Amino acid sequence: MQAIINILQAGVASGTVLLFATVGELFAERSGVMNLGVEGMMLMGAMSAYNVAVATGNPWLGVLVAMLAAGLLSQVHAFITITLHADQVVSGLSLTFLGTGISLVLGEGLSKAGTVSLLSSFSIPLLAQIPVLGPIFFADQSVMVYIGYLLIPLAWYYINRTRPGMHLRAVGEHPAAADALGINVSLLRYFYVFVGGLLAGLAGATISLAVSPGWFSELTTGGQGWIAVGLVIFAQWNPMRAAVGSYTFGALRRLILDIQGPTTLLGMRNPFYYNPYWGFFLQMIPYAFTIIVLVIGSREAMRKRLGAPAALGTPYIRGERGL
Amino acid sequence: MSETLPIQTPLRNKRFPFHLNIEPRLSEPPRWYPVAVSLGAILVALIIGGIMIAFAGGDPFRSYLHIAEASFGSIGVLSDTIVKATPILLTSLACSIAFRMRLWNIGAEGQFIMGAFGASAIVLTPILPENTPAWIFIPVMILAGMLAGALWGLIPGLLKAFLNVNEIISSLMMNYIAIAWVNFFVFAVWTEGGFQMTHQFARNAWLPRLLDYASTIPVLRGLTTHLGFVFGVVAAVILWIIIYRSRWGYEIRLIGDNKHAAQYAGINITSNIVLVMMVSGALAGLGGMSEVAGVVHRLQTSPVAAGYGFTGIIVAWLAKLNPLVAILVSILFGALILAGREIQPSGVPKMIQGVILVCLIASDYLLRYRVTIVRTGKEA
Repeated sequence: MQAIINILQAGVASGTVLLFATVGELFAERSGVMNLGVEGMMLMGAMSAYNVAVATGNPWLGVLVAMLAAGLLSQVHAFITITLHADQVVSGLSLTFLGTGISLVLGEGLSKAGTVSLLSSFSIPLLAQIPVLGPIFFADQSVMVYIGYLLIPLAWYYINRTRPGMHLRAVGEHPAAADALGINVSLLRYFYVFVGGLLAGLAGATISLAVSPGWFSELTTGGQGWIAVGLVIFAQWNPMRAAVGSYTFGALRRLILDIQGPTTLLGMRNPFYYNPYWGFFLQMIPYAFTIIVLVIGSREAMRKRLGAPAALGTPYIRGERGL
Repeated sequence: MSETLPIQTPLRNKRFPFHLNIEPRLSEPPRWYPVAVSLGAILVALIIGGIMIAFAGGDPFRSYLHIAEASFGSIGVLSDTIVKATPILLTSLACSIAFRMRLWNIGAEGQFIMGAFGASAIVLTPILPENTPAWIFIPVMILAGMLAGALWGLIPGLLKAFLNVNEIISSLMMNYIAIAWVNFFVFAVWTEGGFQMTHQFARNAWLPRLLDYASTIPVLRGLTTHLGFVFGVVAAVILWIIIYRSRWGYEIRLIGDNKHAAQYAGINITSNIVLVMMVSGALAGLGGMSEVAGVVHRLQTSPVAAGYGFTGIIVAWLAKLNPLVAILVSILFGALILAGREIQPSGVPKMIQGVILVCLIASDYLLRYRVTIVRTGKEA
């Protein structure tokens, strides 16, 4: 029992990374801009956060710089797709290349940088005493995990219940109508792509300064940015569902790592301990699971005829026929 | 589409004496124009890349000079450049045909790795006895490699065609699965004495190289260019004919340009998605086969999964999805990767690739819009 709680507790921390990235991408896509550069922006964030934390000794400064660096990178995509009307798929892909390349160059030698002060972990006094749920969600978690808890309802409330949130949805569903109402479509899209960048940077910083500290070049993110893009589809652009998906994935990631440790499993010889090479098949699971989750999300979207913002992926050009 | 309305742009400023006038292009630009724009974009990319190298503490001029010298400086290094260009060419062809249909197969990396696995399986399982003559061995390996790559492309293809699953993410996820799959075989099944590689293939499973003929033509001594490059060139020519001169190619281009028009014209989009993904995977798989049989001569993850599939995306885009242009562009990128191995910091080639791609995509704007600088107040 304790072992399961431990795995879930670490899974929540691991899922927080995906949560930030997924919610960030969700904001950008809700405004009509798909940004496939999440992986690149996360790497940028992870590298900047660790770099700054090593140089200054202040992890919070690292988080700040990580968010700004990834936010800045996202504006390259915003400029190319919103102002220059280029294809969002290709531009997003190129952003991943760019972010990965810059991170590798600026992160050179960072893996041997030595110890660094990480973001603090703590328990929430009363909540941590709740049986089972307390230790999983509120005991000895990184401050980032708690920020994640706050983000979920805030994002949902912002998108669905506030005036700026309504503008965001309008720009993503029917930009021409939004334009006619006097909403600045381009400006809002720039802004929400930037929000996506900030959150992807935060996700990267959460990896390198809290969840699995350090800089391991491209392996730092290991495709989590892409998983986040997939989770947005599974979440059907809803922050609540994004949270469910993110924490489930986080738990799965931890389970795969931890299942290879003990010599016995449920009172039997642990096959994963005695056959370490089975680990390669375990490694496939999150990626295969992403595909399965995509299948579920796509089927649901087809059945309910809902899902993607109507203007997702299309540039808005005033005066042109279209959405 | 209305051409009379001016496009609103943040670059417009009434107080500044000049501003940019932007209007959609109505006629096709001259043939040299796209080429000039692409070259201009690369130049801008190299300048931006240089600034970034300087920022990261490197010397941009030395880096670029080094790339030129270390990749085209002599016939020996030119041959090495072509060796590096071969896998890039085949993966870029894989991307070209899929992208032409606006099918975003970014899983060429995984299909390449599976191609290498399929070809290696013939040698290592072993499916053919070790003393099989090369003229049987090589074709069977080609077939196995292309089949494995096609299978790896088929999975996201089927998911896209029948369940409308986003192929970008599914094909990318297949990359990670392919790496883990091959790692399992390299570490657990075919390992040579516990090392992270299999034993070397017998000579009859090697693709012929130029240096094999050095005894009769001495100039070829030490040149490692192998038959895989010929595969790439032949594949490029065939693909060009398919895309631009065949009925099937016309269907692919029509689906890419206007899916709805294609549907009304009675073109079967579902079967084309599956087919194109398989052909795309097979081309990448051929690349993987040629890499293990022509260069590495054993199955080993790190030199095979070196990101050729991703570079192929950039090359395909830079070549404007034209297979013949891709031959030239992949040689240039082969040079960048070859020379990049010695450049410090080591991430530089990847970064420059990213900058080039970003600049190229941005430069497309100049093909779609006429941008002129006019004096404010003089227009109308």
